[in-house]
Amino acid sequence: MLAKRISGIVLVGLVPLLVACGGDAGDGSEGGADGGAQQAPVDLSNAGSVSGTVTFTGTAPAPQPIDMSDEEQCAAAHEEQPVRHVVLTGADGGLANVFVYVKEGLPAGEWPTPDQAVTLDQEGCEYHPHVFGLQTGQDLEIKNSDGLLHNINTTPDENRGFNISQPTTMTSTRTFTTPEIMIPVRCDVHGWMEAYIGVTDHPYFAVSGEDGTFSIDNLPPGDYVLEAWHEHLGTQTANVTVAPNGDATAEFSFDAGMAGRHVPLGEPLVVRHLGHGHEGGDAI
Amino acid sequence: MKSFDAAAGRGFAGRGSLTLAGRTRSARGRASRALAGLARFARSGSSLTVPPPLGAVPARASAPSLAEAASPARSAASPARSAASLLMTAFLLGPTPSAAQQEHPGEEVYARWCAGCHGVDGAGDGPSAAYMLPRPRDFTQALYQIRTTPSGALPTDADMLHVIDYGMPGTAMPGWRELLSSNERQALVDYLKTFSRFFDDDAPDPIDFGRAPGPSEERLAEGRELYDRVECWKCHGPEGRGDGQSAPTQTDDNDHPIRPADLTENWLFNGGGSVADIYRRFRTGLDGTPMPSYSDLLEADVATEEQLWSLALYVRSLAPEEAPRVREVVRAARTEGELPAAGSDSAWADVESFYIPLVGQIIEQPRWFSPGVDGVWVQALHDGSELVMRLTWSDPSRSPDPVWASWQSLVWNTMQPREGDAPDPSLPDAIAVQFPRSLPQGMERPYFLMGTSREPVYLWHWTSTAQAPVEALGRGLGRIEPLPGASTIRGSAEFDSGRWTLVLRRALATAAGDADRIAFPVATAIPVAFFAWDGSNGETGKRLSVSSWYYVYLDEPASPVVYAIPVGVALIAAALLFFLVSRAQRRAGHDASRAPTPALGQTV
Repeated sequence: MLAKRISGIVLVGLVPLLVACGGDAGDGSEGGADGGAQQAPVDLSNAGSVSGTVTFTGTAPAPQPIDMSDEEQCAAAHEEQPVRHVVLTGADGGLANVFVYVKEGLPAGEWPTPDQAVTLDQEGCEYHPHVFGLQTGQDLEIKNSDGLLHNINTTPDENRGFNISQPTTMTSTRTFTTPEIMIPVRCDVHGWMEAYIGVTDHPYFAVSGEDGTFSIDNLPPGDYVLEAWHEHLGTQTANVTVAPNGDATAEFSFDAGMAGRHVPLGEPLVVRHLGHGHEGGDAI
Repeated sequence: MKSFDAAAGRGFAGRGSLTLAGRTRSARGRASRALAGLARFARSGSSLTVPPPLGAVPARASAPSLAEAASPARSAASPARSAASLLMTAFLLGPTPSAAQQEHPGEEVYARWCAGCHGVDGAGDGPSAAYMLPRPRDFTQALYQIRTTPSGALPTDADMLHVIDYGMPGTAMPGWRELLSSNERQALVDYLKTFSRFFDDDAPDPIDFGRAPGPSEERLAEGRELYDRVECWKCHGPEGRGDGQSAPTQTDDNDHPIRPADLTENWLFNGGGSVADIYRRFRTGLDGTPMPSYSDLLEADVATEEQLWSLALYVRSLAPEEAPRVREVVRAARTEGELPAAGSDSAWADVESFYIPLVGQIIEQPRWFSPGVDGVWVQALHDGSELVMRLTWSDPSRSPDPVWASWQSLVWNTMQPREGDAPDPSLPDAIAVQFPRSLPQGMERPYFLMGTSREPVYLWHWTSTAQAPVEALGRGLGRIEPLPGASTIRGSAEFDSGRWTLVLRRALATAAGDADRIAFPVATAIPVAFFAWDGSNGETGKRLSVSSWYYVYLDEPASPVVYAIPVGVALIAAALLFFLVSRAQRRAGHDASRAPTPALGQTV
């Protein structure tokens, strides 16, 4: 399963830590405005898109090796030394695992909840994907492919968290009710296992792939504030205008100086206005 | 293509999901609570009619929104409307006290009894909080360990009241049943709920736990099988002593270090140590801690309720049948046979065991509020010429152990006061058994914390690195000076699955003129005290756990006289009884001859 995922992807000498999302997200990822049976609150016939690249400048912190010697099965699932990437970069300085979403500007109304569940898999004692989004009310399917004890401990602020045990191959389903950027997930049995869930009440979010690109599609024309969130580098925003049937772009750039700073989840550490907005660098 | 696996929805999708109504973000703190109180007041004044358009927004729910309206970052339209409705509602209710004056009935009780640990704002950050591990509950998160509801759900009022009433064993939280009135405790429950907007919703119904089945060999075996299969041992250890491979990295949701429960000490389980309590913790998890809920196993057909009950029975069986009763005197029985040499000797199974609780040393700096060893089991035997003691205590690591280095620094960085030197990962585990240097005359004993420079104490000191115990003089806490000359004690220690077993042995008599070593007389209460250091927990010197003075009492040799005395006493008592009875009968007969004879059929 894991091997299959890897094979589909050209990796830049990186271990498969984030492959599950990275591989598929190279071409961007959208939340699935087409998912539910309900109608979108606005006419999407002239919808456009926002795409762009998240880049990283400076030297990324060295990946931290993960000692899986206590879990032979997981250690064996990795051909190379498993590592934890504080910052995962691809070719040309692309920054992966950045959660980009429309923060402001969407027309009022309720967006349909997709019928499809989002899967968080535990395989090789790692979470796949590492960063992902889903909508309020959408099923989160938590899967244990390892068949050994994991607990899934979510620690949100705005939602009710949960901490459930999966001691064998099994699946559990949960939902979140309130938008929240981001909800940390951890496994207390394996201290290195971390994932982050972005919960929005609309389908306009994406996670940057290995090359740093993202794409949010099917977005009605309008002026938007986009926010990009990275687990260690903080948050940035950009203003974009989507013309009818137009393809807007938004570029985000994080730098090494931000690394290692504690990012209070949900609180923007760094706010920058790019694109159609004015240039700024206000640290909050 | 999605950035994640979007699998097809499952049949059971949505089951067990968290079903909180969409809510708005709220500013937390006094302002919102004061408003909440106002809102409550508004609601409680239900005899007055509130116009429907305004009343359509539940007053309580709108309170956080009002606080939110003050925050520029939040969207404005609907909160402003509810703010208006709230103010209007308050206005319609006529003269009301200002928000500041409107005190919740539980607020005063809370401020007086709870805020010291839990903080004025309920954030678990009172002045005492940093001295506690585990930390006091942060009520603003509405995360409660002890519930009858699923993981992630709110506790019921009864759940909260139960913890207030009975406290949390194994933590600093006492029970308040005897100290506060029923009204006060109920008011506290209501007040605690004002700390979190999550309580705008009601708690779900409690889980139906069923009833505990009776224990049986089969059930215990099934429980053990499940313990292994669902990998409880990963955290709690193969024998349940809290020494699992994941134990060194455990933190709670606020990243404070936390230990998996030592399952052999059920009297310290936070939620109670009965089979039913244990089963409930499996089902609900201990929210805010690494202990997850195992309820999903039932839905996924990984285990049945019956099997989880068996697991609860098994876990319960790891602890003694009753919580240990602390006794002043450790009895050293006299044996006519060989004294057991090793800690693993089967003879120890028949020797009475005494539990000595230990607490962190907080009298002298550096003080220590998070001791690793919370008690030691003591057994003693003598044969008329030698005394042997077996000390057994739970310790998740054989220190020094590099795996625990990060734990040590985590504890150090978490706890206040950070006095003395930072610990280092090379610290050993250690034990000291303390006696006075000679039998005290009267009740006066040396200072219990390892004596003083003027009045030292006699110590048996063992460390996991040196292994062989040494005799020493204690001249005050941490001042352990080995006695010169040949050691008169012998000892050996074994470490197995999170437990140390240490045997210490010495002759009862001492060399003539030895002023530093106490001679152990039989049939005498000899003062004794115990100290323990858990190296992996950063303990050394004055950072340790201590006991107060206890006594060890060596039984007298059994002699035939011992058996003759009760027989003699019984014979004398019987003779005396015979004499008294016959005398009473004689006197009764004499009186009867003088009294008028009752008529036939008359009841006397």
